[in-house]
Amino acid sequence: MSFEPVIGLEVHVHLKTASKLFCRCPVRYGTDPNHQVCPVCLALPGALPVLNRRAVELAVRMGLAVGGSVNPRSVFARKNYFYPDLPKGYQISQFEEPLVSGGAVPVALDGAEPREIRLTRIHMEEDAGKSVHGEWERADESHMDLNRAGVPLIEIVSEPEIRSSAEASAFLRSLRAILRYAGVSDADMEKGQMRCDVNLSLRREGSDTLGTRTETKNLNSFRSVEGAIAAEMARQAEVLDEGGEVVQATMLFDAERGTTHVMRIKENSDDYRYFPDPDLIPLDLDPEWIHEVRAALPELPESRRARFESELGLSAGDARTLTESRTLADFFEAASAAHGSARTVANWLVRDVASILKEREGSIEDSALEADAFAALLGLVDEARVTARSAREILEVLVEQGGDPEALVRERGLEAVSDAGVLESAADAVLAENPEMIERWRGGDKKVLNFLMGQVMRQTAGKADPAAVREILARKMES
Amino acid sequence: MTESLGTASEMREALASGRTSSVELVEGSLERAQASASNAFVGLRAEAARAEAAGADARRANGDVRSALDGIPVALKDNIAVAGEPCGCASRILEGYASPYDSTAAARLRAAGAIVVGRTNMDEFAMGSSTENSAAGPARNPWDPERAPGGSSGGSAASVAAGIVPVAFGSDTGGSIRQPASLCGVTGVKPTYGRVSRYGLVAFASSLDQIGPFARTSADAAAALEVIAGHDPRDSTSLPDPVPPYADALDGDASGLVIGLPREYFVEEGVDPEVLACVREAVTELEKAGASTREISLPHTAHAIATYYLVANAEASSNLSRFDGVRFGLRADGRGLSELYRKTRSEGFGPEVKRRILLGTYVLSAGYYDAYYRKAQQVRTLIRRDFEQAFAQCDLIATPTAPEAAFRIGERSDDPLRMYLSDVYTVSASLAGICGLSTPCGLPGGLPVGLQLLAPALGEPVLFRAADAYERRTDWHARRPGEGS
Amino acid sequence: MAELARLSLGDAEIEGLTSDLDTILDYVEALRGVDTTDVEPTAHALPLATPFRDDVAEAGLDPESALRNAPAASGDTFVVPKVIEGGEA
Repeated sequence: MSFEPVIGLEVHVHLKTASKLFCRCPVRYGTDPNHQVCPVCLALPGALPVLNRRAVELAVRMGLAVGGSVNPRSVFARKNYFYPDLPKGYQISQFEEPLVSGGAVPVALDGAEPREIRLTRIHMEEDAGKSVHGEWERADESHMDLNRAGVPLIEIVSEPEIRSSAEASAFLRSLRAILRYAGVSDADMEKGQMRCDVNLSLRREGSDTLGTRTETKNLNSFRSVEGAIAAEMARQAEVLDEGGEVVQATMLFDAERGTTHVMRIKENSDDYRYFPDPDLIPLDLDPEWIHEVRAALPELPESRRARFESELGLSAGDARTLTESRTLADFFEAASAAHGSARTVANWLVRDVASILKEREGSIEDSALEADAFAALLGLVDEARVTARSAREILEVLVEQGGDPEALVRERGLEAVSDAGVLESAADAVLAENPEMIERWRGGDKKVLNFLMGQVMRQTAGKADPAAVREILARKMES
Repeated sequence: MTESLGTASEMREALASGRTSSVELVEGSLERAQASASNAFVGLRAEAARAEAAGADARRANGDVRSALDGIPVALKDNIAVAGEPCGCASRILEGYASPYDSTAAARLRAAGAIVVGRTNMDEFAMGSSTENSAAGPARNPWDPERAPGGSSGGSAASVAAGIVPVAFGSDTGGSIRQPASLCGVTGVKPTYGRVSRYGLVAFASSLDQIGPFARTSADAAAALEVIAGHDPRDSTSLPDPVPPYADALDGDASGLVIGLPREYFVEEGVDPEVLACVREAVTELEKAGASTREISLPHTAHAIATYYLVANAEASSNLSRFDGVRFGLRADGRGLSELYRKTRSEGFGPEVKRRILLGTYVLSAGYYDAYYRKAQQVRTLIRRDFEQAFAQCDLIATPTAPEAAFRIGERSDDPLRMYLSDVYTVSASLAGICGLSTPCGLPGGLPVGLQLLAPALGEPVLFRAADAYERRTDWHARRPGEGS
Repeated sequence: MAELARLSLGDAEIEGLTSDLDTILDYVEALRGVDTTDVEPTAHALPLATPFRDDVAEAGLDPESALRNAPAASGDTFVVPKVIEGGEA
């Protein structure tokens, strides 16, 4: 039988603040356990929460960036449950009255019409601590680190409108781009700054009846989200095909085996007894202030992508790639302005720079490449003062350590050779070694020119001006 | 034993004139605390207090006097955190716990030079009206050791009534300062909600809890409140309004004040007639001091206790979740985490606390939230409106503080509901967030009873003014246990 | 309820508490008779604007103070019996 998945995502994102949501403890990653804690986030008797203004601002900014409506009043509520990483025995979250309602995130899949996935809500909450592992660990013990307890989060809840794992992944990439553009979060999944829960049910193709859904929690990479969706779809399909029923449950994804298994059946004991936190006053926002936050929003990836296509003439694919990160898009715009041809710059960025960065497992953010130097290097190529091949060599240096392209070309003796005398004698030597190629050329096999050019380039260590070489070789063989 | 100097004002004068020293006062408090049969203290900080007293004397010798409480011994209820000291809430579950931080109240007392000599006994987690529900055993009423001092701040009330300290601090959630003040024959103040920071006060019911002072006179209580009151950026429910100099209100004159007498509080049912008689007499004294009276109505009074127990215990059930044996306090052995939680909490909490956690858990649970918790919060709104309407017609309200004088220890412990009803006059003001004060107004049968005065939010000056005028015309506040009535 | 509140109670205790709770719940039943149509619930009796804190980080407790009260600690962590991943206790 054929099924269609109905997928909704809940994405937890750390807000980029200096201090925690309700106390002054610093938010830092990778420090020793329990080195960023205080009476408030340890939930010592008598300690009280006070709301971080910046966290609210970032959450509002995200709400506006996705076109959601920011509620003038929202309420912090306690979600009560016992767990050793939850010091107070309740999490301060938002329940009936969230900060943001609605909104949407654009997704574009190759070969499909771009569409929007609607959001149900965005609410604020505090993170919990976590178990840590170390040499002191014993098999029957868990070790709690509360550094993360109280770190500000937003939870972004999508409508169940996602229809495939690829679409889920595209949604998350688009969301991450917006989060980074708007400066809301670094959204680094490896650091746990962005984590995803997948709600998934299957329905028969063509049917409107929804199946029972499961929730797969705490996925912390794009790959695990895609893997978990595929695995859970397969599991549910098998249950249904065998005539069974899907049970409402919380699932765990085993990334190594690529399977999901039931962690906990949802029961009545999941009674969180939400109620407004009496230690906090409802969050009332001044419309004027919301307006200021809106005015300060940067251009977002979707409108930038559209502009790159329409104004700069980039292909849809290049425009999307270049707008995935705000730094990259900013870099592209700066280099284009300095160079003059957006398409040339885009070509080099999407292909050469991207592959150099990939080899080094780096990103444009942490590379030494500067937009002006990059544009200057491309200018040298345009003027045929350096060959594309040499330029690529210089580019690697620029990415690694920066510098002035012209000086680098000189230092390394990579100036393009266009001296007719040098090129003529190199061409003569190559032709003398390959008389059969001349025959084939004359017989109409024009492809041999590429081979011969390669030979000349080799003789000149890649510095020969390709256009000049082509012209010389052709002329010599014709005569 | 050092001569008992009585009130904080008297001590202040003696210190100023050099007739005594802080060291001497503190030593006297420590000696009396140890000699007392009241079980008012769960712990003394003798060494620290002596050292701080010596520091206060040295400062004073250099002309540096920090406040009306500088160098004066005070006591704090066992639910107010002092850095480096235990903060046990009279509960087994906090065994071995020492707070690594100061409550804002303790920090302000420290800055003001007050010397905290010890932590006072209380009902476990402030849940109770008798100070019988304590891991340290029941506190005893200095007027009759067979009787309870009231609660939950019974130890603080008893420590002042027994003359151990001139000023003590407690917390009031539904009457836990005013009722023991009444039963122990001292003055007790529940400030406006938000007037005193709750930072470092172990939460019972967050939307109701307030720290406030006990003293022998309203003047001392006013001075003590002034030290701890004021905005605190660490408490989101703290009021930003500046604290007026409360002493300015103490002019001995009640003229022009209109006192409302709520019809619902002066019915004969459920109250000792002698209590009502004392309160009526006290109102007559206030009239002699220039006040006028009028009858008012607080129509939702009958629902206050039910509303209070729903709201307070719902909040408490959540507030007490942090006592789980993981980061501090008692941990019972358990095979797994789940057993650890259950055993720790079952062994660590006493029966009254468990009863309230269960009630609170129940009223917040799915399917009951609207019927109980939400309903109670709505009735709370109606109770607030009652007071708003009443205060449109009067400056303050006079009522009994408690329906009877001190009861015998053990007399009420089998009947939780009956015990809850002893808060009948105090919970409404807590729900409305307004301020209240109890001052002694009689000794029928040799046991003190209190007059409760209530004023609108931030109306503390008018409370102090009326209570001071009353105290100047009567001597009930000056009577001490053992002197006869 | 005891389950939700993580309390384990003996039979006698359950009996006593159940009867106490019944009495109390009977008593609070009276609230149902109060007309609260269109009455906003009071969560706070405070006329306060939302208080905010500036996003300024400040060192909290040193690890020693943070862990001093712990019934069991090692390697700067709080030690508890083994937790099953993702489960609730």
